[in-house]
Amino acid sequence: MNQHTDLAAQAATDLSHREFLVFSLGDEEYAIDILKVQEIRGYENVTRIANAPAFIKGVTNLRGVIVPIVDLRIKFRLERVEYGGQTVVIVVNVGTRVVGIVVDAVSDVMTLAPEQIKPAPEFGVTLSSDYLSGLGSLEDRMLVLVDIDKLLTSDEMALVEHAGDGA
Amino acid sequence: MDITDFYDTFFEEAEELLADMERHLLELDPAAPDTEQLNAIFRAAHSIKGGAGTFGFEILQRTTHLFENLLDHTRRGELRLRPDIVDTFLETKDMLNDQLDAYRNEQAPDQEAYERICQTLKTLALEEIGQALDGGAEPAAPAAAAAADPAPAPAATAAPADSPADQAATSETPAQDDGTALVVALIGVADKDRELLVEELAQLGEVLERRGDAQRHEVVLSTSVSAEDIEAVMCFIAEADQVEIRPCQSVAGTAPVTGTDSAPESAGDTAEKATAAPAPAAEPAPATPATDAGPAAAAATTADAGSPPPRQQRKTSAKPVKEASSIRVSVDKVDQIINLVGELIITQSMLDQTVSELDAAADPRLLNGMSLLQRNARDLQEAVMSVRMVPMDYVFSRYPRLVRDLASKLDKDVELTTEGESTELDKSLTERIIDPLTHLVRNSLDHGIESPEARLAAGKPATGRLTLSAQHQGGNILIEVIDDGAGLDRERILAKARESGLNVSDAMSDDEVWQLIFAPGFSTAAQVSDVSGRGVGMDVVKRNIQAMGGHVEILSRQGQGTTTRIVLPLTLAILDGMSIRVGEETFILPLSAVLESLQPSRDNLYAMAGDDQVLQVRDEYLPVVAVHSALDVANARTEITETIAVIVQGEGRRYALLVDDLIGQQQVVVKNLETNYRRVPGVSAATILGDGSVALILDIADLHRLDREKKQRRHHDTRGAHLLPESQPLTEDLSA
Repeated sequence: MNQHTDLAAQAATDLSHREFLVFSLGDEEYAIDILKVQEIRGYENVTRIANAPAFIKGVTNLRGVIVPIVDLRIKFRLERVEYGGQTVVIVVNVGTRVVGIVVDAVSDVMTLAPEQIKPAPEFGVTLSSDYLSGLGSLEDRMLVLVDIDKLLTSDEMALVEHAGDGA
Repeated sequence: MDITDFYDTFFEEAEELLADMERHLLELDPAAPDTEQLNAIFRAAHSIKGGAGTFGFEILQRTTHLFENLLDHTRRGELRLRPDIVDTFLETKDMLNDQLDAYRNEQAPDQEAYERICQTLKTLALEEIGQALDGGAEPAAPAAAAAADPAPAPAATAAPADSPADQAATSETPAQDDGTALVVALIGVADKDRELLVEELAQLGEVLERRGDAQRHEVVLSTSVSAEDIEAVMCFIAEADQVEIRPCQSVAGTAPVTGTDSAPESAGDTAEKATAAPAPAAEPAPATPATDAGPAAAAATTADAGSPPPRQQRKTSAKPVKEASSIRVSVDKVDQIINLVGELIITQSMLDQTVSELDAAADPRLLNGMSLLQRNARDLQEAVMSVRMVPMDYVFSRYPRLVRDLASKLDKDVELTTEGESTELDKSLTERIIDPLTHLVRNSLDHGIESPEARLAAGKPATGRLTLSAQHQGGNILIEVIDDGAGLDRERILAKARESGLNVSDAMSDDEVWQLIFAPGFSTAAQVSDVSGRGVGMDVVKRNIQAMGGHVEILSRQGQGTTTRIVLPLTLAILDGMSIRVGEETFILPLSAVLESLQPSRDNLYAMAGDDQVLQVRDEYLPVVAVHSALDVANARTEITETIAVIVQGEGRRYALLVDDLIGQQQVVVKNLETNYRRVPGVSAATILGDGSVALILDIADLHRLDREKKQRRHHDTRGAHLLPESQPLTEDLSA
């Protein structure tokens, strides 16, 4: 871990380096642009919303603001979805919206140099590569860099009402 | 400080002035114009001109200048009003609005339109006043024509424009004014500030004389403004002890005040003074002809001509310094306060909940404090909410014009009356109600009220009546558009509905029939009423109103007229709610929708085809909607006799809503779900409960629709097995 921190400090001076918040879903490691992250909080007090997709856990009160909570583990079809002490909600800002995403754990803040970011290959149906900004390689680890803007405003997340899909 | 900081204030003020102007113009009776109204219109034009000059909005200034001249002739009876002149005035007012908008958007106003309106005004002035005035005015007329051309040099345009028809200013002669003369002494004021102060004074009245040295500089001012007001203005620049104001007593030194006889002399005098100090640009040349044409006021005009815009003079009678009784605050700030107060209320109720679990005897002071806090918080909330309230006049005031224009276009005779203009409504709602209301007014004029001939034939007075009214009823506001026109034609609506494939029957109640016109697709209906299709875009009206949390009702009698009633909540921010529990979840019902609640018994329940049930309440059979089935709530009571039936009404439809328990009534702060999420079927918004958790506020009408959809879907899924008849598409599905 120390090693990474050193790297981060070193790279922070270089503007082309980007910082990512790394979180885990099951055994996989994902990362999102740290500038999108508003805060990290525990998973609690979520009010269910009827007739919504299963991955939308409901809404919660974030200091007076009603914020929808999305469980990415359900969205990404992970086998084990448990709510425990480690389970956290990353509150992200997407455009003018505030959305909370449930993840298994938040591990790290990483700085990646441009050469560490590889283009994402075309793969699976569960997570279209449209929503990925690339794959980050860090020694023996691989981070899936999620374009959280694109993912959360996509039709399939059903978080945002798009023209024409009203009642 | 940058002068542009004041632009917004000017725009808003000018907009209000224009609205005032329009109102007066509309009320004006061309045959016997009310002098007060003419004065009011003149003053509005004058104030805008002054402001426009100050901020350097040249085109606006020149247009208002021409307009003002004409108005001045009108108010002095030199120009006889005719309906078409009033039309021209209204047109000018619209043009001023456009110009204002252009300046607001930092664009150049439409030059062509400007030239056209100037031409119109000038022609009017030439024709009318040319005849009215004696020959002396004739040679001046061409000069006026020249003035209207947007000549680049301000001095060139302003001077001739002022001179010809501009007897306008004459009436403003200080001597003729009610104003008194004051001596304002500036003691030990720096040169630079002194000039500023004198300019300020010139705005308040007529500077008759300046005397004294730098140490003690006296200004003789003829003004209707009180000494206190002058002091109030001066204190922006000078300290209180640097200014000394006393009434002018010296008769000899201040000839102008004595009266008109000495006017020519004083005119020259003042002209010299006015031009000498602050406006070196003014050439003496224009002063001479001006003095010939008009008496003392010429001084003012020359000063006008020469000085750059910021020195625009204001005549004394035009605008006395008004004490500010209100402040302008941006809506964002108000909303922020309202949000914060909402938070405060939630925190307070959270505390309240915690304290209520404590031993009451333990600390009576804490309990006292809590109840005090509760009261204060509530008062604060009410006070803050009232900030956002504006009178309905804000909305209604735009209809006289619309009705006037539309009636003349349609060759109809319509008298508009408005009632309850002072009824207050949340500002955000007033803005959103304008479009639907405009639509309804148009409909009433177009399709409701008949032509004068048809009306006479039907035994009604030729003049149709259109009434706009607003009133409070409980937590709602009722806004009605009432016409005494032909009314809706039940048969035709039914026929049309059949044609468009809607499921209707002759047995439908009138209310249900009227609701049909809100169905989308009904909008193109050809012959619902006499002219064309009432119901043009009525679905849009309904949708807009529903989006505001309200609903529309129609009362109509054939041959006697139609009343369209809009029922809206007073505010969208706070709701009187009833909290209910279903399973482990808490929901809020809007209290306004709740009629009563009761415990259903087997005897009153009747099964209908499929899994539908109806509940008999007294002599009424109400459909039953269970919250747990509509919203898939787990662990809810499914045995119907163990539940509580809340009788609710939404959009004119009544039904029994099954819930597990009633928790209680409370005021809740409405939080929009769509800010960060999306619309949820059956839910209108969310709120935050005392424990900090979120509860959904149910949308009564939408919940019924949702339940129906779900049941239909279930029917479709199981149809093969049960061979159930396909459920009938009911009318409400059309509006879904």
